[in-house]
Amino acid sequence: MSATEAPPAPPEKPDVRKPSARRRLVPYWLLLPGILWLLVFFALPMVYQASTSVQTGSLEKGFEVTWHFRTYWDALAEYYPQFVRSLLYAGTATLLCLLLGYPLAYLIAFKAGRWRNLVLVLVVAPFFTSFLIRTLAWKTILADGGAVVDVMNTLHVLDVTAWLGWTESNRVLATPMAVVCGLTYNFLPFMILPLYTSLDRIDGRLHEAARDLYATPATTFRKVTLPLSMPGVVSGTLLTFIPASGDYVNAELLGSTDTKMVGSVIQTQFLRVLDYPTAAALSFILMAVVLLVVTVYIRRSGTEDLV
Amino acid sequence: MEQYEPERLSAPQLAAMRRSLTHGRGALTRRSLLRASGMGALALGGLGALSACGIPPAKREGDTAASDDHSAAEKQINFSNWTEYMDVSEDEKSRPTLDAFTKRTGIKVKYTEDINDNVEFFGKIKPQLAAGQDTGRDLVIVTDWLAARIIRLGWAQKLDQANLPHAFANLSSQFRTPDWDPGRAYSYPWTGIPTVIAYNEKATGGRKVDSVTQLLDDPKLKGKVSFLSEMRDSVGMTLLDMGKDPGSFTDADFDAAVGRMQKGVDTKQIRRFTGNDYTADLSKGDIAACVAWAGDIIQLQADNPAIKFSIPSAGYITSSDNMLVPARARHKTNAEKLMDYYYEPPVAAQLAAYINYVCPVDGVAGELAKIDESMASNTLILPDRAMAAKSRAFRSLSAEEETAYEEKFAKLIGA
Repeated sequence: MSATEAPPAPPEKPDVRKPSARRRLVPYWLLLPGILWLLVFFALPMVYQASTSVQTGSLEKGFEVTWHFRTYWDALAEYYPQFVRSLLYAGTATLLCLLLGYPLAYLIAFKAGRWRNLVLVLVVAPFFTSFLIRTLAWKTILADGGAVVDVMNTLHVLDVTAWLGWTESNRVLATPMAVVCGLTYNFLPFMILPLYTSLDRIDGRLHEAARDLYATPATTFRKVTLPLSMPGVVSGTLLTFIPASGDYVNAELLGSTDTKMVGSVIQTQFLRVLDYPTAAALSFILMAVVLLVVTVYIRRSGTEDLV
Repeated sequence: MEQYEPERLSAPQLAAMRRSLTHGRGALTRRSLLRASGMGALALGGLGALSACGIPPAKREGDTAASDDHSAAEKQINFSNWTEYMDVSEDEKSRPTLDAFTKRTGIKVKYTEDINDNVEFFGKIKPQLAAGQDTGRDLVIVTDWLAARIIRLGWAQKLDQANLPHAFANLSSQFRTPDWDPGRAYSYPWTGIPTVIAYNEKATGGRKVDSVTQLLDDPKLKGKVSFLSEMRDSVGMTLLDMGKDPGSFTDADFDAAVGRMQKGVDTKQIRRFTGNDYTADLSKGDIAACVAWAGDIIQLQADNPAIKFSIPSAGYITSSDNMLVPARARHKTNAEKLMDYYYEPPVAAQLAAYINYVCPVDGVAGELAKIDESMASNTLILPDRAMAAKSRAFRSLSAEEETAYEEKFAKLIGA
């Protein structure tokens, strides 16, 4: 403010003083709470976990670091089906979320008008009940004698899905399809909200401009809306895929023995078998795999600068 | 139409701003940030070396469990229990038996329902107990195999039987000498939990299901059978069905039982292995028949008359939930008084009438009949002699066995 009011008098002596050490440290002081938080709740547990994963021993005799890297190999060799399954189910659920979520987010952003807030509340509303209750509700929806299964049976949809191995004879519960349904439902809002935010930010005049330039609605969508909503697509898919690949509740409640995901394995190894090294190694492998998938995905979608 | 507005800052201001960000005082450049995080990483490396020292043995040797008893000075108990495991008044605002205890003894009970799952609860209390610290709990209730593990690790306090006259006199013979705590030196049962076979008559078409063989082989039940994800219940029932004693089986017997269930999984006869969530499926008929916990079945039957249970002629498993005083608890004597209180038949009857599990107290029948005739004749609450004779307990396992068996069972149930 003073710069605009005061006459631009040349300084008597150019200011060549080195900034004082205290002033230089200010940004770090400001960063300190965040860095401490990360250290205590992220870095330390990771180091501890990494150390656990190369230990051997038992609960009673204690565990010692023996640099037993074989645990990683053994865990992967034993449980790779659950890994593959986790990525497959999480990927399918993410894709379904995108297919269901994009039109809905589009609707909310551009067509809902005065209903917009209401629809947004409806999207978020399921979060007011617990994750478990929401998952258990699907047991009623997909019940063997329930309306959904009846309709699918009558339309012979179940014959097709059973042939594909998604369902079992004439039921949906305790099959891969039920697990994917549960995952899709539970993580749908994580897809819709970022999509809505990035669609909502698109300037309506761009659509007008596209129309003025004789673009068909399809072309407008392809050349204007979709590219501009890519940040939402990317963050939505990440917010869905990452937690879904580590989830075990859906597989536990809606699935069967052959639909268990890697989250269940980690839980069982840690809590029941008390094999902490294997549990830690499995967690690291999961993190590495998810990180790899996500990195490749972000590279491919070319949106590093948008996210 | 909105007009495009140029930046309101003047050129020198903008320049100053830019300068302050990049090379002014206290500038935060990418390089300085990187340098700082490099230092951080170094520090972390040091920490890594520190924490790479492993996890100390959990087992505590010698009599380190006992602690100074503050019972006389502090008239209170911290009691951790499972949900819905205590009688509640009709308005659900008070707990009659606990209130009566406080009235009689002047000991305040801080009652917490913070146990939902044995393995999770073990994870929760493990750090303190392994470090020889007080968990803040004077009395906890855990299932027998976990009680056995806690005692084995030296994490439970030896009880003073002088404070437990009723418990000593009234404990049913069925529960007196478990192999993991002979003579009940550390624990007393809160309830017995029979594991039986339950079925939904509507879903089985009126047929009775009364053996594990039928669960595993009856083609009419294909895809509508569930077992429990608790290893001891599922394997124990299968062992009994194969003519083996769950109280004294070998590794080979265990493998054979798991193999038998594996066949059921492979042929899709078994639909799922479940926790408590089987009850809704059974009631709906999605599960026609299953291995089930008796307490759940009594509650299901109240709402759905099609739910039946049967006791296999080969026998059934009874497990128990047990009261323990964890190491270093501050109010051991008070806790013992409370344990003993629940072995007075009128109190035991009041509790059993509410929670519907097998009452481990002798001489309760008369008291229970005063509250509810039908309950006194319910063999799932007070087993008659014929039923009690078929009851078997799963033997206690060594640490190595426990790990090996849980691993095998985990593979059976998919993870």
